[in-house]
Amino acid sequence: MSATATLPARRPTKRAIPGLGPTLGFSLFYLGLIVLIPLAGVFFKASGLGVSGIWHVITSERVLAALRLSFGAALIAALINVVFGSIVAWVFVRYDFVGKRLFDAFIDLPFALPTAVAGIALTALYSPNGWIGSLVEPLGIKIAYTPLGVIVAMTFIGLPFIVRTVEPVLREVDRDLEEAAATLGAWRWQTVVRVIAPAVFPSVVTGFALAFARAVGEYGSVIFIAGNFPLVSEIAPLLIIIKLEEFDYQGATAVAATMLVISFVLLLIVNLLQAWVRKRS
Amino acid sequence: MSQIENTAPADPAPIPFEPLKQTNSVVTEATWVRWLLIAIGVAFLSLFLMLPLLSVFVEALRKGFGPFFDAFSDSDTIAAIKLTLLAAAIAVPLNLVFGLCAAWAITKFEFRGKQLLITLIDLPFSVSPVVAGLIYVLIFGAQGWAQPWFGDHVGKVLFAVPGIVLATIFVTFPFIARELIPLMQEQGTEDEQAALSLGATGWQTFTRVTLPNIKWGLLYGVLLCNARAMGEFGAVSVVSGHIRGLTNTMPLHIEILYNEYEFVAAFAVASLLAMLAMVTLAAKSFLEWRYADQLAASRRH
Repeated sequence: MSATATLPARRPTKRAIPGLGPTLGFSLFYLGLIVLIPLAGVFFKASGLGVSGIWHVITSERVLAALRLSFGAALIAALINVVFGSIVAWVFVRYDFVGKRLFDAFIDLPFALPTAVAGIALTALYSPNGWIGSLVEPLGIKIAYTPLGVIVAMTFIGLPFIVRTVEPVLREVDRDLEEAAATLGAWRWQTVVRVIAPAVFPSVVTGFALAFARAVGEYGSVIFIAGNFPLVSEIAPLLIIIKLEEFDYQGATAVAATMLVISFVLLLIVNLLQAWVRKRS
Repeated sequence: MSQIENTAPADPAPIPFEPLKQTNSVVTEATWVRWLLIAIGVAFLSLFLMLPLLSVFVEALRKGFGPFFDAFSDSDTIAAIKLTLLAAAIAVPLNLVFGLCAAWAITKFEFRGKQLLITLIDLPFSVSPVVAGLIYVLIFGAQGWAQPWFGDHVGKVLFAVPGIVLATIFVTFPFIARELIPLMQEQGTEDEQAALSLGATGWQTFTRVTLPNIKWGLLYGVLLCNARAMGEFGAVSVVSGHIRGLTNTMPLHIEILYNEYEFVAAFAVASLLAMLAMVTLAAKSFLEWRYADQLAASRRH
């Protein structure tokens, strides 16, 4: 007793690890300077237009057509990727085949390949005298310089999002459950639909949202193959650039703010979805 | 197989049945379904990934090696390569310092609003590159609110190198932080606390304990960050002004050459960036294969 009494009362140190102040301080400073203040500037500028001003800009025929193309093509591309990306993820997780490692490494190509390079490569492939373009031209299908080309480029850019989100979840699916389903008399197809699909569904939705969000804002890989005909194959980000070149800063800001709001809502949905899935499991 | 059976001592009681084989398992598909799915997957990947990559090199070498190498003797091309390297050389280290700071603060401490901070760090990923460029035009453009002061005290930002660097920093902002945060979260703080209790200073703890723990994850993040920094097109396109030899990066130079119908030169420059992408992918695959346990388990890409 007396020994402990002579020891100075040990006050718990507030933090064992040093450096919260400077690291958090610098992080917030840098985040604010590079990201938050500049982004806030868009909304500040847009607010100068007022709701009616923004509405006037984005409901003009050309802007509406561009927004419709950007969001519509992104939706179709993301759906294509949901189908084929899920098949690719399934094949990677469940089967073995020659060259699997190579294909696996190349899944991330759209992340690593600069968008301008992807853009001119896809255009060269799908233009009427390209390898693929010349194959489909006799069928009366034109891909490059049409909205179809926009979908192709957006599919390219969104593919890794689906595969890389679904793959790890699919790997975690409990094989015991599948065996249990089979012993209870389920056909293989029933097991896939009723046991595996529900388990990977949230990750498919997350991947879809990520691919969609990326495709909506995509610029570099799309503008070469799109042909950029106003009202037909002109994407929203290009319209921002056109408005900037015409010194129509307000118009550009209105389109940008619209796209930002939609992207933020998407991001929010993805985060809520992930939080919901985490809570459920 | 037969050799082993021959050398093995004769089995006194041979097993009366064949060992179970997995070929007809209830938890896999019929062979034809399997091959069909593999065929679909491989065909899709070949069409959408392999073929575009291949076509870059085919187009670049369409007229042989002479015109291919001629593309790189052009002074504007060399200037573009230099500017791209410069922008990456500034943007990547800055985002590296930020990534380390943010990851340290987020993973070693508890504070309110942490989840919000993580979300905000991810923000640049969900912003269109063109919008990323636009925000700096609004600040530093002719009517920009910061331009009067910057024009007097710092110099030109827009349509000059600083603007390009800023735009590059913005689009590559989250790469290193988002690689490090989940990794350092998994590793916890025990190692650091042990070092500190043994008398190490904060800095020593960081350089001798934390850094060796995260070095492969850090390298992984730097690789991805660098690939994006050198390849960024949309954001840089808005702020660059496309002045040949001065504010053209490699991707912008590709666009100019392409629009001037100099296809071989455009694809030659593009092939350089494609090779960078392949080196990045190879290094990434190697890190994932060799140091999988030292990379964050929950990576999104």
